[in-house]
Amino acid sequence: MTTPLLQVRGLKIGATVYPPGEKPHDIEIVHGVDFDVEAGKVLGLIGESGAGKSTIGLASMAYGRGGVELTGGEVMVNGRDVLQSSLRDIRRLRGAEVTYVSQSAAASFNPAKRIMEQVIEAAVLQGKFSRSDAEDRARALFEKLGLPDPDSIGNRYPHQVSGGQLQRCMTALALCPEPDLVVFDEPTTALDVTTQIDVLKAIKDAIRDTGVAALYITHDLAVVAQVADHIMVLRQGEMVEYGTTDQIINAPREEYTQALVSVRSITHEEKQPTEPVLRVENITARYAGTKFNVLHNVSVDLSPGQTLAVVGESGSGKSTLARVITGLLPPGDGTITFAGRRLSPDQPSRSLEDLRELQMIYQMADTAMNPRQTVGTIIGRPLEFYFGLKGKEKQERIQELLDEIELGEGFQDRYPAELSGGQKQRVCIARALAAKPKLIICDEVTSALDPLVADGILKLLLNLQKVEDVAYLFITHDLATVRAIADSIAVMYQGRVQRYGSKSEVLTPPFDDYTDLLLSSVPEMKLGWLEEVIAHRKMESAGN
Amino acid sequence: MHPVVTLVAQRLGLGLILLFAASALIFGLTEILPGDAAQAILGQTATPENLANLRAEMGLDRPAFTRYFEWLGGIMTGDLGNALTNKLPIADQISRRMSATLFLAFWAAIISVPLAILLGLIAVRYQNRWPDKLISGVTLASISLPEFMIAYILVFFFAVKLFWAPSFASVSPGMPLLEQLHAISLPVAVLTMVVLAHMMRMTRAAILNVMQSAYIETAELKGLTTFTVIRKHAFPNAIAPIVNVVMINLAYLVVGVVVVEVVFAYPGMGQYLVDAVVKRDVPVVLACGVIFAAVYIILNIVADVVSILANPRLRHPK
Repeated sequence: MTTPLLQVRGLKIGATVYPPGEKPHDIEIVHGVDFDVEAGKVLGLIGESGAGKSTIGLASMAYGRGGVELTGGEVMVNGRDVLQSSLRDIRRLRGAEVTYVSQSAAASFNPAKRIMEQVIEAAVLQGKFSRSDAEDRARALFEKLGLPDPDSIGNRYPHQVSGGQLQRCMTALALCPEPDLVVFDEPTTALDVTTQIDVLKAIKDAIRDTGVAALYITHDLAVVAQVADHIMVLRQGEMVEYGTTDQIINAPREEYTQALVSVRSITHEEKQPTEPVLRVENITARYAGTKFNVLHNVSVDLSPGQTLAVVGESGSGKSTLARVITGLLPPGDGTITFAGRRLSPDQPSRSLEDLRELQMIYQMADTAMNPRQTVGTIIGRPLEFYFGLKGKEKQERIQELLDEIELGEGFQDRYPAELSGGQKQRVCIARALAAKPKLIICDEVTSALDPLVADGILKLLLNLQKVEDVAYLFITHDLATVRAIADSIAVMYQGRVQRYGSKSEVLTPPFDDYTDLLLSSVPEMKLGWLEEVIAHRKMESAGN
Repeated sequence: MHPVVTLVAQRLGLGLILLFAASALIFGLTEILPGDAAQAILGQTATPENLANLRAEMGLDRPAFTRYFEWLGGIMTGDLGNALTNKLPIADQISRRMSATLFLAFWAAIISVPLAILLGLIAVRYQNRWPDKLISGVTLASISLPEFMIAYILVFFFAVKLFWAPSFASVSPGMPLLEQLHAISLPVAVLTMVVLAHMMRMTRAAILNVMQSAYIETAELKGLTTFTVIRKHAFPNAIAPIVNVVMINLAYLVVGVVVVEVVFAYPGMGQYLVDAVVKRDVPVVLACGVIFAAVYIILNIVADVVSILANPRLRHPK
């Protein structure tokens, strides 16, 4: 039997934490993990944030990010324990035997250097190839990865190519030195869903054609199912389950894995439209100092107590629409009618009642709260501002709201830094509810959360909608979320509403080209989905 | 047009406007000083008639507005006027003085700028270890001491005790370069110590800031040594803030040398300005003021332009 390429035994990883008001102390974040990767195979590492996936991936390069330290165990690469190696030997390993593809290629490329220089740097420096051979190799990789202009794209600077292209360049960077193992760390997570599918295919083909082994780290089980041979499920630094991709997807043994596979269990019956609470008519908008409209003739209605999901990719204008409705960006043209009143286009001239009845929840709960105010102060502020509540009355109402968001006693005096991501978002929801609004604009409120936590937030929002009869304008790029909660859907593309109607209408064929592309790009949790979609698209384009 | 050209043209235009504003300000300030050139020449005992006659002779009786534009017109054609005390053309004096000051500033810059950046790089490489702390400590100590103090300490040890360098930096045009350098070695050392800390600390801070970026991790994961990572990946992205602080310090080397020149009796602009102030020679003070302002503005424009050029997004638009 051959020894595996990467053999990890009893890996323990620690870090020093600096909690506010306490002495710094060491904690263990990975508690003894074992796994193997054989040459030419792909192992998927999956788990939620804090599971230690990236930390374990980087450990294969003997690298600890920030204050992270590799405290115990063995990491054998090609039969050598890298945790016992000298710094010199570790440097020879990095960028030569093991390479890394990060989540955000945009941040991981040096903005001051041309792409080619960065792609070949490790290969040349490690003495694997001469400069001209490395450049030839890079150009061949650019072509294999489906980049436009493979001969000249390397001469560009990182900001001159798109996000999806840069992610492929990063893959080329990792493959250029002919490594034995590539660590892919969420390589498609930051991309739009229609871009993700192409990059995923490019990465999968490149892995297959070069015969390189890979660690594929992601939180998205549907994505990893397309590329991995084996999957290891991690939770809080420990292995939950290990198996072939087929077994994990189709017959998960552990309860946690089953929850991950069946996530988005929410079902929601769509309601019939009634007299709308919000009517947006022919909105056209542009940002100051620009020449181009970012919204063109946008018209949508939203009924009281219902949810309108606005879906689209980055740059489609969905957040701009929210800014127009809230009055932060006065529209160039068009009208907004809210609760029977015509809304003034700019926010400062709106009445207190308009402000109160139209609330907003943001993607980053972290930055939407003052870190120096307690939860009680944060939720209490709209109670004072809109209703003039004080003292005991206010305290009682705050507690009521905390009960509604399922946080209970003891949270009033906590600071945002003492809450988890999901809890922070719940506090933001309570703050919006405190104003007793008729409409809440939810801008990507679950995008920064782990799937199971996001699921909890969506359930909460749906329950609150039943109790409070509040309408949601739900901005998201995630179609699974849309299916779970929407009553009506507006698909946006390049500032226009591409498709609009009730959920069942929008999600039922025949589709327009863009909606079809968008819907078919959402990864499904089954083996071979990627190939099916690509084959289907090839057939269609051949048929046209 | 290429956006860089537009940006650079904008900066140049702004610089010109600023220079005009500075000249007006300097002129205005000398106007509101008590007394004028006539008063200064004739002294306390002058009769009103004498004063009026001299003012008419010198043209000081005309409105300040007219005199400002005459003076401005003169400056723009390179005519700085004549000194009041010895009636010599100021331009001749200043060109000699300025070249002496620039000579001193040039050698101080040649030594201090690369040294500051190198020390900054080393401080980052050994962040929070003893080389970093040593560099920070020594440079901080040197910036904390007043420069005349450093000057006298150096004079005491190297001129008085050891006889390694002269305590008076007298340079004459015919001297061989090496002898000139020997003569100015102590003032150059003082200036270097004064500007080093500021530049070194800014270099360190700017590079440390860049070191947090994700692309530094990419470079580390390529197996590059720490120093290569700093030099090839961090430094090019920290150029803009570093250039800004370097330029401010270069300007200081020209404009702020007054004290050092006086201590070492060096025949530069600083000495000239101090002499003129003592003798109430207003035209000379005006000329020196405008030249100092111009040096500041030009060096800051250079800093702006270099920062713009260092940004690949501006240099290579999409």
